[in-house]
Amino acid sequence: MSEKPEKLIDKKGIRSDGRKADELRPLKLEVGVLPNADGSAYIEHGKNKILVGVFGPREMHPKHLSQSDRMVIRCRYHMAPFSVQERKSPAPSRREVELSKVVREALEPSVFVDLYPRSGIDVYIEVLQADGGTRCASITAASLAIADAGLPLRDLVVGCAAGKIDDTVVLDLYDAEDKLGAADVPVALMPNLNAVTLLQMDGILTPTEFETALNMAVEGCKKIYVIQKEALRAKYMTAKEELKEEVEE
Amino acid sequence: MSTLLTHVRKRQIGQLIDTGKRLDGRNLTDYREFTIEEGLIERAEGSARIRLGKTEVLVGVKIATGEPFPDTPNDSVLTVNAELVPLAFASFETGPPDENSIELARIVDRGIRESKAVSSDKLVIEPGKKVFVVFVDIYVLNHDGNLIDASALAAVAALTNAKMPNYEVKDGEMKIKTGYSPLPLNSHPITVTMAKINGKLVVDPGIEEEQVMEARLSMAINDNGNICAIQKGCPGFFTQQELLEASKLAQEKAAELRKKLDW
Repeated sequence: MSEKPEKLIDKKGIRSDGRKADELRPLKLEVGVLPNADGSAYIEHGKNKILVGVFGPREMHPKHLSQSDRMVIRCRYHMAPFSVQERKSPAPSRREVELSKVVREALEPSVFVDLYPRSGIDVYIEVLQADGGTRCASITAASLAIADAGLPLRDLVVGCAAGKIDDTVVLDLYDAEDKLGAADVPVALMPNLNAVTLLQMDGILTPTEFETALNMAVEGCKKIYVIQKEALRAKYMTAKEELKEEVEE
Repeated sequence: MSTLLTHVRKRQIGQLIDTGKRLDGRNLTDYREFTIEEGLIERAEGSARIRLGKTEVLVGVKIATGEPFPDTPNDSVLTVNAELVPLAFASFETGPPDENSIELARIVDRGIRESKAVSSDKLVIEPGKKVFVVFVDIYVLNHDGNLIDASALAAVAALTNAKMPNYEVKDGEMKIKTGYSPLPLNSHPITVTMAKINGKLVVDPGIEEEQVMEARLSMAINDNGNICAIQKGCPGFFTQQELLEASKLAQEKAAELRKKLDW
């Protein structure tokens, strides 16, 4: 059980988990982790542990959902019952239905959907452990999984939140900051296109604070983007080496 | 709607917007005319119907008692639900709420919740045991675009209209007294929804504009002009610059509506 800190940020600007205001949590990304999925990725973002599997492009099922001029993207954001402090019922909650929708809409602008008419992809996101900012971490991993499935993309989509704790705008809230803080602004970005594909907010921010938070989240996204690209490259470097070994044998 | 028609219509709407006009003659940042009537449903503790252009939404507020959430023992409970009633639009279907109605309810919920519109601390009967539960039920009666703003406005109007019986608490027991008092409120959040079409922002999108919009942004603004909820929708994107522009536009429009509504 995470203890509730009394103050979320001290006089020196250090947060209850030891980070500075604009510091990200540790991040680990891995591509191609599921043997059966067409594309997959795993992310550890702070204590968040999220697994994403992508199936497709494949024929839509049921067929009547297919679109004659484009691919259909389906997305399920789902939290494991053991991922949070109090057991969560495995049935989809209203929150999960909404997040599935906004995550799908955050990913879709990156995909050339008109190149794959009548087909569909399914993006399955399983939050194995939640620690605040799961929708953003899910997007970062899901975009990698889609790339891993071999779909050409306009850019990778990367997610990161900013928010306000006590009176300070900070980057990448973790669970306690999310729950006890004043506001949370999750953002998803296609960095090369300067395109914000997800934006939500709850809490209260002045227009100036909102601008600061948005800029901070965008900068956070750009930092994660570097790690994200590296993770994708790493998979193909390993594949290349494996192939080399096979040829030599 | 067939794909071909959407593409043709999209071009037409886009070209018009490039000249600063819209299908129904509005400017890009104009709301449609709207009227709000309060108290149409006598059985409900509060109710309001909005007509925003041809969009029509009825909101009923019911007040009951129940248990508070364990993590907020000193606050009343707020529940917002939205029904996209099948008689309102050809593609609305019967059955459990789909993602569109859940998203609509949750956007309205966040605006009310985050602005602390309902004085939840004043609606506690016995801390941790018994509190008032405020149900806000959104009933869409005709869909002609921008259900979000119409629902959010009608919801706050219905809360403003809501009355609760006078009561006293003796030894943890609630006793109803004669007469009614208004539901205690702190804030009147106003949600402004903007659509991005052809790279331009238009306020209060109509149904055809919604069918061709690239992306949608809703911002809830509280009484102090601060932002209390945001939701981006649709599979498109906004640039950072567009978002800051939208934030400014939302401030202006919310202030304008607030003046009109006298909230």
